[in-house]
Amino acid sequence: MRNFTYHSPRTLADALDAARESGGDILAGGTTVVDLMKIGVREPAALVDITGLTDLEGHEIGPNSIRFGALARMSVVANDQELVAAAPVLTESLWKAASPQLRNVARLGGNILQRTRCPYFRDTAYAQCNKREPGSGCAALDGGETSHHAVLGGSSSCVAKYPGDWAQALIAFDAEVHTQGPGGRRTILFADLHLMPGDTPEVETILQQGEIVIEITVPVVPALKASHYLKARDRESYAFASASAAVGIELDGDTVRDVRIALGGVATTPWRASAAEDSLKGSPLTEATAREAGRIAFAEAQELEGSAYKIKLGADVVAGALMTAKSRANGGK
Amino acid sequence: MSHNKVPPRAGISRRSFLGSTGAVGAVLGAGTQHASAQQSDTGVAPNSQPKIELTINGKRRTLTVEPRTTLVEALRDNLGLTGTKIGCNQGQCGACTILLNGNRVNSCLILALSVNGAKITTVEGLANPDGSLHPMQTAFAEHDAFQCGYCTPGQILSAIACIDEGHAGSADEIREYMSGNLCRCGAYPNIVAAVEAVRDGKEG
Repeated sequence: MRNFTYHSPRTLADALDAARESGGDILAGGTTVVDLMKIGVREPAALVDITGLTDLEGHEIGPNSIRFGALARMSVVANDQELVAAAPVLTESLWKAASPQLRNVARLGGNILQRTRCPYFRDTAYAQCNKREPGSGCAALDGGETSHHAVLGGSSSCVAKYPGDWAQALIAFDAEVHTQGPGGRRTILFADLHLMPGDTPEVETILQQGEIVIEITVPVVPALKASHYLKARDRESYAFASASAAVGIELDGDTVRDVRIALGGVATTPWRASAAEDSLKGSPLTEATAREAGRIAFAEAQELEGSAYKIKLGADVVAGALMTAKSRANGGK
Repeated sequence: MSHNKVPPRAGISRRSFLGSTGAVGAVLGAGTQHASAQQSDTGVAPNSQPKIELTINGKRRTLTVEPRTTLVEALRDNLGLTGTKIGCNQGQCGACTILLNGNRVNSCLILALSVNGAKITTVEGLANPDGSLHPMQTAFAEHDAFQCGYCTPGQILSAIACIDEGHAGSADEIREYMSGNLCRCGAYPNIVAAVEAVRDGKEG
C-alpha cells in the first residue's frame, strides 16, 4: 500500500478542514477504502479518519422518520429487533450483505458509497477500465467475462454494477442523505446521489471532494412494515447479489395502494423499478401480476453475453419478493 | 520512503524476521516519532512512525507503526503474534479474524493507527495460563474441524463470537454466521459440529 498522511479529527469542523486542506479520502470503517488502497486502485495522499466523530453513530426510529447516523455499524442496525419489526427490508438488506466480521466494522455512510466489484476495475493488471483510468476503454465490453455486470443503466463506457444491498431499500423508500461539505449542509434525495456511468463512469456520485455524509433518513410509510429484501447469489451466504429486490407493499383489501420495488445486482446504480410499481398500483397483487411486474422491471434491460441470465432471474426475484411482502401485509412472516 | 510501494518488510526473510521482532523500526530507517496518533491538526505524515498502544490478550503493548500498517501486520510483524493468519489480505477469507473490543473483525482491512487504545484478542490469548485450551480449541481438535489448519485461528475466534452474539441457534444459523470464514480444505461440517458442541456446553 502506498503511504499517506493520516488525519484523525475529533470534530466535524476539523474533519472538513482536514479533507479540504489535504484533498484526501474520507475513511470510516475502511472495508472499501483500505481494500482499494491495498490493491492499488486508490492511492490517496491523505486519509481523514472520521470514526472519532462519535456523534455520527447510532440510529433512531421516530414516528415519521427513521434516522441512521453515517457511522452506525451494519451489524448493530441489522440486529435491532425493533427495526426488524418496523422495517424488515432495512435489516434484511444489511444482514444478507458481507460477513459478520465486515458488518461489525463497516458503517452505513460508507456502505452506500461502496465501489463496484467489477474485476477489471479491481485488477490494475488490466489496462482498460474507464472508471479507474478515464478514456482507457472497458475490458468487460471488449470481450471480457460479464456474468456479474449490469443489464440496466450501462453505457458504451462502463457496465460495472453497483454492488450494494442496503441502497436498494433506501431508494425504494425515498430515503434522503444529509451531508456537510465545503458548500455547507445539504439534503440529497437518495435517488439523486448516484450517477449513471454515461461517458464519465469515474464520477459515481454527486458528492463533492471533502463532502461528508452525516446521516440518512427514511420516511415511515405503511409499506415499510410489509417489506422484504430477497437476494439471489452464487452461494447461499457472503456473496454479492446476482439479482435482488427490495420491495414493500400496502394493501387496501386485495388492492395495491402503495408498492415499492428496487433492484440490486443488475444495474450500474441503485435502481428503482417505477414502471413495475405503476403496473401494480390500484390492481390486485397475485402471482400473475407479480410476475408481470417482474417482467416490466426488466423490459429495458440490455443483456451482455454473460449477464443474460439476470433478466429471467431478476424478474423471478421481484415476483418472489412481492409475494413475501403480500404475506407480511396480511399478517404473515 | 513516503511513496515507496514496496512493503517495508520486503527483503527480510520470514525466518529472520520472526527471530527479530521489533526490528521493523530499525529497518525502516526513518526516525521514530512520538507523535500521538489521535491528536494532530497536521495529521500523521506518511514517513512517520507514531507510537500506538494496544491491549493484546490482556497485556498492554506499545508499538510503532506507519499510517499504512494494517492491524494484522502490526500483530504479526511488529509483535510476533503470528497465530493470526493472512489469507486473501482483502477481507474475503476471514483467516485474519480477531476480536477487537470484543467484536470479530477482519484485521487485514483495519489500519493499526485507527484502533489506538483498543483491546484485542488473538488466538494466542485463548488458552488458560496453565496451558489448558479454550473450549472452542478443544472442540475443534475433538471434532477434527480442520485439515491444513491455516484458517483455524480465524475460524476459532469467529466461532467464539458467533456463540457470544447469539447466532448459533441452529446448524443453518451457524453456517450463515460463520460464512465469513472460508476453509478450502472443506472442514465445514466438522466446524459446525464443534460450534454446536461448545454452544451445548459439551466441551471444557
